[in-house]
Amino acid sequence: MNKESAHVTTDSQAAPLLEVADVVVDYRRGRTTFRALKGVSMTIGAGECVGLVGESGSGKSTLGKAILGLAEVASGRIRFAGRDITHLKGTARRRLAADLQVVFQDPYGSLDPTMTVGQILAEPLTASGTGRAQARTTVAEMLDHVRLPADTVRRYPSEFSGGQRQRIAIARALVRRPRLIVCDEPVSALDLTTQAAVIDLFIDIQRETGVSYLFVSHDLGVVRRICHRVSVMYQGECVETGPNETVTRNPEHPYTQRLLLASPVADPARQAVRRRSWLALRAPATTPVP
Amino acid sequence: MTDAALRAPGGPVRAERALWRRFLRRPLGVTALAVFLLVVLVGLFAPLLAPHDPNFVDFTLTQAPPSAEHLMGGDSAGRDIVSRLLYGARTTVYGAAIACLVGVGIGVPAGVAAGYFGGAADRICSWISDAVQSVPGMIVLLIVAAGTGADFTVLMVTVGAFMTPGYYRISRSRALAVRREPYVDAARVAGLTHARILHAHMLRAVHAPVIIQSALTAGVAMGMQTGLQFLGVGTASAPDWGQMMNDGFRTMGTHPLILLWPSLALGITIAALAFIGSTLADLVSVRTEPARRRRTAPAGGHAADAETPASSGALVHTVEQSVLRIDNLRVTYATAHGDKEVVRGVCLDVAPGEVLGIVGESGSGKSQTMFSALDLLSGDGRTSADGIWIGGREAGRLPRAERHALLGTRVGYVPQEPMSNLDPCYTIGHQLVEPLRAVHRLTKAQARDRAREVLLRVGITDPDRVMASYPHQVSGGMAQRVLIAGAVAGKPDLLVADEPTTALDVTVQAEVLELLRELQQEYGMALVIVTHNFGVVADICDRVVVMKDGRIIESGTVGQIFADPADPYTAELIHASQDDSESRDDLDAAWHEAGQKVHT
Repeated sequence: MNKESAHVTTDSQAAPLLEVADVVVDYRRGRTTFRALKGVSMTIGAGECVGLVGESGSGKSTLGKAILGLAEVASGRIRFAGRDITHLKGTARRRLAADLQVVFQDPYGSLDPTMTVGQILAEPLTASGTGRAQARTTVAEMLDHVRLPADTVRRYPSEFSGGQRQRIAIARALVRRPRLIVCDEPVSALDLTTQAAVIDLFIDIQRETGVSYLFVSHDLGVVRRICHRVSVMYQGECVETGPNETVTRNPEHPYTQRLLLASPVADPARQAVRRRSWLALRAPATTPVP
Repeated sequence: MTDAALRAPGGPVRAERALWRRFLRRPLGVTALAVFLLVVLVGLFAPLLAPHDPNFVDFTLTQAPPSAEHLMGGDSAGRDIVSRLLYGARTTVYGAAIACLVGVGIGVPAGVAAGYFGGAADRICSWISDAVQSVPGMIVLLIVAAGTGADFTVLMVTVGAFMTPGYYRISRSRALAVRREPYVDAARVAGLTHARILHAHMLRAVHAPVIIQSALTAGVAMGMQTGLQFLGVGTASAPDWGQMMNDGFRTMGTHPLILLWPSLALGITIAALAFIGSTLADLVSVRTEPARRRRTAPAGGHAADAETPASSGALVHTVEQSVLRIDNLRVTYATAHGDKEVVRGVCLDVAPGEVLGIVGESGSGKSQTMFSALDLLSGDGRTSADGIWIGGREAGRLPRAERHALLGTRVGYVPQEPMSNLDPCYTIGHQLVEPLRAVHRLTKAQARDRAREVLLRVGITDPDRVMASYPHQVSGGMAQRVLIAGAVAGKPDLLVADEPTTALDVTVQAEVLELLRELQQEYGMALVIVTHNFGVVADICDRVVVMKDGRIIESGTVGQIFADPADPYTAELIHASQDDSESRDDLDAAWHEAGQKVHT
């Protein structure tokens, strides 16, 4: 509880919680190397939500993985709460789990189908030495946080819908009361109406706990709803970073402009206008898909 | 999308507990399990159950026929066969258990570790496993028997060692699959050690296949063990089935019963294990009960019973005017929980040159509606309809071959997943040319020209290179263009696109939508787009049909639906397109204001 109240009061203008500087990540595929990140920098303050937008292959998910230690960083620095975590391994990396958590995209694959929800949620706690009784209390509290009934603990993931599973995944990320959660496309696999509810849940939890989010998404609309600041990734580079309102309404970089205009708006008249602007922006040379 | 809807109820079910519960509902499995348990119990309690000392020699009993006191008679040395069979069960079960324990004990940890860690660990373990498999087992067993003075336990440990590669392979392949699951990444991020992940997640995943493998391994081990004993390898003091078979074999001509009893015991035990294994394998691989496959012919009047709700949606064109007309379509899937109707009386039609959008969330039945109209329903689905007309002809009443010819020439189909709808074994050119030759009877040269022409039309600037490529050599956007080219190559009257842009990036989606619009106008085709995205509807559609739970809840022109949605669900769906909603800045401003109000 102490920790929680401490970072709610932390001023986001002070030293950022997460600092990514010139990070390069290479993927090796057989003998060829593919540079997934070409020197990306960004910061996330305490209690802040930063969006990372881009298309598939832009490197946005790779940056999340690099922060979580799931992708090897070739060069550059990642600092978390003032501490260099770029190449943290083994016990030191596992200790970081208390502060740094993840929610993945796939609501079907991200929960072990053979465990009950109670076991899934208690696992990170018992792994770190929390007693069973204490773990049970915390799990109940987290289920309440994500608006799921208490009897959820006895049931299996297969009994829940996509949206409910994503709530369970969020609860698992929350149980150790982390300071930063990397959300990798957490609503992309959900129906639109479910998406809206899960996004509102993310916002509520941020207000209640002061946790920070790195919110990876391909959808500018989703990012606009939840993020304070937005970075746009294109081919392994960060092409634009700015406040939500600017990036999602009046972007400066031509790529972001194309991205914004390409996404159809649910209003026939406005979409006709948007499509005309998109056609105008679309250079003839870009007609064939690369 | 459709998968998810159908998967939810059947699901990967409640782990092992459910597996056993379903196992107990299979008569064959239960019988086999009972027989096997009986053999195990008999083996365990042989000293209590056996009516005589198995090694006591009574010369009057030599090759005696069955009698009241000796139910199966005596063997050629004058010993009671029943008692020897009971004690033999003990040896057999003990030997099989040792072989399985050794196999599980070495094979499963090695396989799981190799699959999970990969790299050098994987290479070394796999190399050892392959080496063990290439060694002739029987010869090694005979050498071991000679070297250890035919110690039975050592022999069965050796048999177990030869069973290890089987366990190794299944554990490794399961672990390889599970290692890529996001929940393993999540466990790592949650701070679990490798040991704990292996224990908690990997072992759970291999649990079921290992049990199945053990049933089969136990049977094989029993066979090998009996073979060895038959050859005279093993302990002479404890009775065993192989020894008994050897004894019977020598007097087979005169006293066949002596051979029959042990052979029967061994045969039944191994068969029981095999049936347990195959029943379990069935239950693990097939998650729902097999469905009765039956395609209900479109039945005129009596399709709509008194109970079934009335059809939904509206037909706005006449039969002659419409390219596609679906009247009161129902699609039913047989599941473990009884029949599930996923499309419940849908009516819709589309006229030439019209773009119809079918909108709904996952499970609404939107894809199923179009699948059944196109004869693409998967095996378990059954359809019934008052009529499905394509180009003014009632497709449902046509013979199968004619219906397929009609669908092949008049309808083009663009699927959701471009990559999985191209065969990785053939070049793209082949996959475009073949349908044109088969369905449209073009010559090879004509078909190639037509394919090149449509590829150019869909914006592929170097059609010859693309036609020579294999699907994995092109991007997702390119693959979708190829599929669109294939769908329009035969100049269809109707193009059906099932979530054509869902798997694509938003910039590629815009390109594909633009292409579909151009082609639709150029060819004057009718276009049906199945989508969950009201942005796509606003972009391209003339009319829209909104589906929920297998029914059409609202239909109308795009202008009318967006301006004044009659159903609250439609309004909710339109609103849920996040693009227009308040931004985080707006939400935070409102929240702070509300917060300040609370405080003052």
